[in-house]
Amino acid sequence: MEEFLQHVINGVSLGSIYALIALGYTMVYGILQLINFAHSDVYMVGAFVGFYAARFLNIADSPSYTSFFTILLIAMAGCALLGFSIERFAYRPLRNAPRLNVLITAIGVSLFLEYTGQVVFGATPQLFPNILEDSIIFSFGGARVTKMDATILVTAVGLMIVLRHIIQNTLLGKAMRATSFNRHWASLMGISVDRIISMTFIIGSALAGAGAVLVGMKYPKIEPLMGVMIGLKAFVAAVLGGIGNIPGAVLGGLVIGIAEEFVVGYISSTYRDALAFSILIVILLFRPAGLLGRFSVEKV
Amino acid sequence: MLEYTITLVFSTSADMNKMTSPLLTIQNIRVQYGCIDALKGISLDVFQGEIISLIGANGAGKSTTLRTVSGLHTPISGDILFQGHSIVHTQADQITRLGLIHAPEGRGIFLNLTVLENLEIGAYARRSSRREIFQDYEYIFSLFPRLKERRKQEAGTLSGGEQQMLSIGRALMGKPRVLLLDEPSLGLAPQVVNTIFSVIQKVNKEGTTVLLVEQNAYQALKISQRGYVLETGEIVLTGKSSELLTNKKIQEAYLGC
Repeated sequence: MEEFLQHVINGVSLGSIYALIALGYTMVYGILQLINFAHSDVYMVGAFVGFYAARFLNIADSPSYTSFFTILLIAMAGCALLGFSIERFAYRPLRNAPRLNVLITAIGVSLFLEYTGQVVFGATPQLFPNILEDSIIFSFGGARVTKMDATILVTAVGLMIVLRHIIQNTLLGKAMRATSFNRHWASLMGISVDRIISMTFIIGSALAGAGAVLVGMKYPKIEPLMGVMIGLKAFVAAVLGGIGNIPGAVLGGLVIGIAEEFVVGYISSTYRDALAFSILIVILLFRPAGLLGRFSVEKV
Repeated sequence: MLEYTITLVFSTSADMNKMTSPLLTIQNIRVQYGCIDALKGISLDVFQGEIISLIGANGAGKSTTLRTVSGLHTPISGDILFQGHSIVHTQADQITRLGLIHAPEGRGIFLNLTVLENLEIGAYARRSSRREIFQDYEYIFSLFPRLKERRKQEAGTLSGGEQQMLSIGRALMGKPRVLLLDEPSLGLAPQVVNTIFSVIQKVNKEGTTVLLVEQNAYQALKISQRGYVLETGEIVLTGKSSELLTNKKIQEAYLGC
């Protein structure tokens, strides 16, 4: 039982990170119908932004909440800037091109970031700075909740609440939903579609930056190809929840995170990565629109 | 297919407006879809305060005309002037900000937003205070009381008539100088059509200029001052609506008499 609880705790913590990254995929897909393959590499860059920022600010070895929030914000800002630039310079010129061209461009941007990363950051793994010391907050029934897990969960959930508020209640969020429903109609409302798309990339990429810092704290080995596997899993999470569906991305992330912990705990860590892809195959076979996705029905 | 040997030009209210220049002018625009000519050079004037109807059969190019005015298509030649300035190369969202507001074909409702959110998006381009916008909601609800009852509902749950009301209400939230309406009567019960058309007349009396695209030629000509008849991408007839209504060819082709 205590083992079970521990797996749930770890799974929720991991799942909330997948969810943060999955949100970026799903938001961009919702507006552009584009799988932004470069998203996982934006995440990777976020980890390195955090790494260099901690060094530069000399807080790599002074773990505290101040250090944590500083690095979190810097990584988010760095990723937001990168996401904005990718959209502005790689995707926007192709706005009226066939979708496949944009998709291939996304793969190109992804490879570009990965291998530029190897040149700039080096291919050898680095150690993410220790910006938050870990301790056990409380334990019940033998399961332990650590400060790290709690911080990850609270940060991820906090960011998701902020995102939900933006999407549901602000004019920007309403314009984003309108644009994702129909870009042409949105422009007839006076909405600058380019601006909304930029904002979508900025917000989604900032969430990936936050995810990178959270992962970096928990699994501190960072390297330029670190985004590939977690990016694929987050993508599967987005598909599982229903791509384009924001609550779906959160649900998908949690399901994948928890399922992965169970596989590692009860079967074998060998199957850790196989799981996500098995889930992808099953979901595509039986419910291609995802758990919360709906086949849209239009009223005439 | 109708053949017109001459284009009849009746005396129009343009005569009365001789002193003023048109608010919106379409000058000989050509629009192509691939290699097909959708509009083969049409011209049209809209003066301040008018209701102009643009009638014609399915596929004549009526919607294309509106979509070109509002910036969704770019003509390969010709010009569109709004208040004397060319807008053919202006982006759709900027054209909306100028006050040319288009309620598109098929109503263009964001079905994933609530009724109130749709109205709020209608005021997106305006930089007005919340208070002003709230007053405008009340104005829209006074025109279409049914929307008030449903303001918290997702627009996808509305009936076709209610969606059309929302489409017009949302366009009005943008405070249009010229309201471009695409087939507001399409697929609606006669009673609802009457409601919609009386609202169009009401907002016109309050100062909004209207360019109305309709297949329902009779209803459109009844409320408009002037009309243009579009056939396979060309304007074949234009004149006072009252005269078009009594025109033999119009009666045969569009009014079913």
